[in-house]
Amino acid sequence: MSTATTTETTSGEELAPVSTESLAELLIAKERPPRPSALSASVTFGWRAMLKIKHVPEQLFDVTAFPIMMVVMYTYLFGGALAGSPSEYIQYLLPGILVMSIVMITMYTGVAVNTDIDKGVFDRFRTLPIWRPSVMVGYLLGDMLRYFLGSLVILAVGLALGYRPDGGVAGVVAGIALLIGFSFGLSWVWTMLGLMLRTEKSVMGVAMMVMMPLTFLSDIFVKPETMPGWLQAFVNNNPVTHVASAVRTFMDGGWPGTELAWSLGWAGVLIAVFGPITMRLYNRK
Amino acid sequence: MSKQTTGLAIETAGLVKTFGENRAVDGVDLSVPAGTVYGVLGPNGAGKTTAVKMLATLLRPDGGEAHVFGHDVVREADAVRSRVSLTGQYASVDEDLTGTENLVLLGRLTGHSKRAALLRAEQLLEAFGLTEAAGRQVKNYSGGMRRRIDIAASILNTPDLLFLDEPTTGLDPRSRNQVWDIVRAVVAQGTTVLLTTQYLDEADQLASRIAVIDKGKVIAEGTKGELKASVGAGAVHVRLRDAEQRPQAQELLRTVLDAQIMLEPDPVALTARVGNGDNGRGASERASRALAELSHAGIHVDNFSLGQPSLDEVFLALTDRRPTPADTDATANSKEEAAA
Repeated sequence: MSTATTTETTSGEELAPVSTESLAELLIAKERPPRPSALSASVTFGWRAMLKIKHVPEQLFDVTAFPIMMVVMYTYLFGGALAGSPSEYIQYLLPGILVMSIVMITMYTGVAVNTDIDKGVFDRFRTLPIWRPSVMVGYLLGDMLRYFLGSLVILAVGLALGYRPDGGVAGVVAGIALLIGFSFGLSWVWTMLGLMLRTEKSVMGVAMMVMMPLTFLSDIFVKPETMPGWLQAFVNNNPVTHVASAVRTFMDGGWPGTELAWSLGWAGVLIAVFGPITMRLYNRK
Repeated sequence: MSKQTTGLAIETAGLVKTFGENRAVDGVDLSVPAGTVYGVLGPNGAGKTTAVKMLATLLRPDGGEAHVFGHDVVREADAVRSRVSLTGQYASVDEDLTGTENLVLLGRLTGHSKRAALLRAEQLLEAFGLTEAAGRQVKNYSGGMRRRIDIAASILNTPDLLFLDEPTTGLDPRSRNQVWDIVRAVVAQGTTVLLTTQYLDEADQLASRIAVIDKGKVIAEGTKGELKASVGAGAVHVRLRDAEQRPQAQELLRTVLDAQIMLEPDPVALTARVGNGDNGRGASERASRALAELSHAGIHVDNFSLGQPSLDEVFLALTDRRPTPADTDATANSKEEAAA
């Protein structure tokens, strides 16, 4: 996620004079419009996130190149050993690797919050009479677009490598929708970290430490039946396992019932716990 | 406890903010009349920005009270937020977005419809002479342009109170003058401005009342005239031709003017504060006698002037940052030299 910053300023430039007359005209006290609703403010901040993607498209690198690498690498690395051939393995792996990639990408939300929050513009946002969490929700709305793009890329690579979802379009859409919903919940952990830790490096460090075991110690690569009992206990209760199973079932054309409930439940708990902590930190910053 | 509007834009009593051991703001009392420019003057680290952040609801005070248009900044933060606007020390706009996008964003966030926000953005860019740069990312703006877009964003919703935190720091003199023009235009339309600055001429140019802050405390407050008068009726500035004659001149001026003599860093310059003892005419009479005595004693004077003290002198006298005030050891030494 390299952000090319061109800090070259155009200093020698002649500026048009400030027109104090038209300024005065603009300032003549008008009725102030009523404050925007929570939804409208959040959507406006979401628009801001999309403008940033438009101006710095390189930041989409993590939802394009990274997932392609993940799918290709793991399909051919484990395919022969675990399922006899890569083309058979990808039928099992793709929904899981989709979950893994998107869930990993969520940590960039924390990095973005961390690098952004000390900029002067946040002082302005915080002096506006708006629904306070809308700034954070706006980030996440923009990120949901990124998760969606990432999902499409992975799906396209999967289809090219021979993945065929039995669930058809409906199953795939349901699976991706659930994944994005869960990622929205998980992102609040990273917004909290982004506000709590001092540097983006430490945000990445902590996030990796959490995400590596959560994604690898799940049913994404192998079925849990082959694992020792104590590990099965962890894997079967890992939220990422619930999400991966639910997404896989959707894409295979089934209805994941319990796993769906677990996934949504986890997302709800993450929002309920980390949302308020994030807002507390944001208000204190 | 919400007070009724009393013609005061800001009223604070015993405002305190501590960061660990450091009392950044240490019991500040301010009364800022509505419709004026109020200058808060102080060196780096005096607590100006911290005080502004508390008034703009960005920081919670650790002690004391602050009301903005009668609203408590802690308990009625949203009521305060709907009437104030802040231009921070560093550009308070999104550098990744273009000028137009920044203004539309803020227009939407203050409740304007898409169409109204875009119209307002275009009008503001036009008024601030930024129409040509409207489609460029703010990070490619020059310092002066950044300040303009920043202030444009601040007045988008015609705030009743505008905080300008060191608005001209780092600007070239031309851009600085333009910012001053903008501030004057804003105030002329009835907005109250709280301006923090470390430049005395800026406070002198814009503010009608000034509070001098040092180490978290208000050490002086009043109109420009009051502040200047509190330091003395006037100042006599003397430049000699020959640095070696300075101790002699210092001694002589001290006797004739009956005043504190400051040795300037420049080895040929002295400044005397002529006290309030008599009236202004007394000061000028003594000054002219001093000039006569100097030439009588054979001391070559290149330049001799009597004037009101500048805010610089007021500031330095109040904050006591001047290295050599007259009656210290330096004076004692020079007396011995003079006697020898």
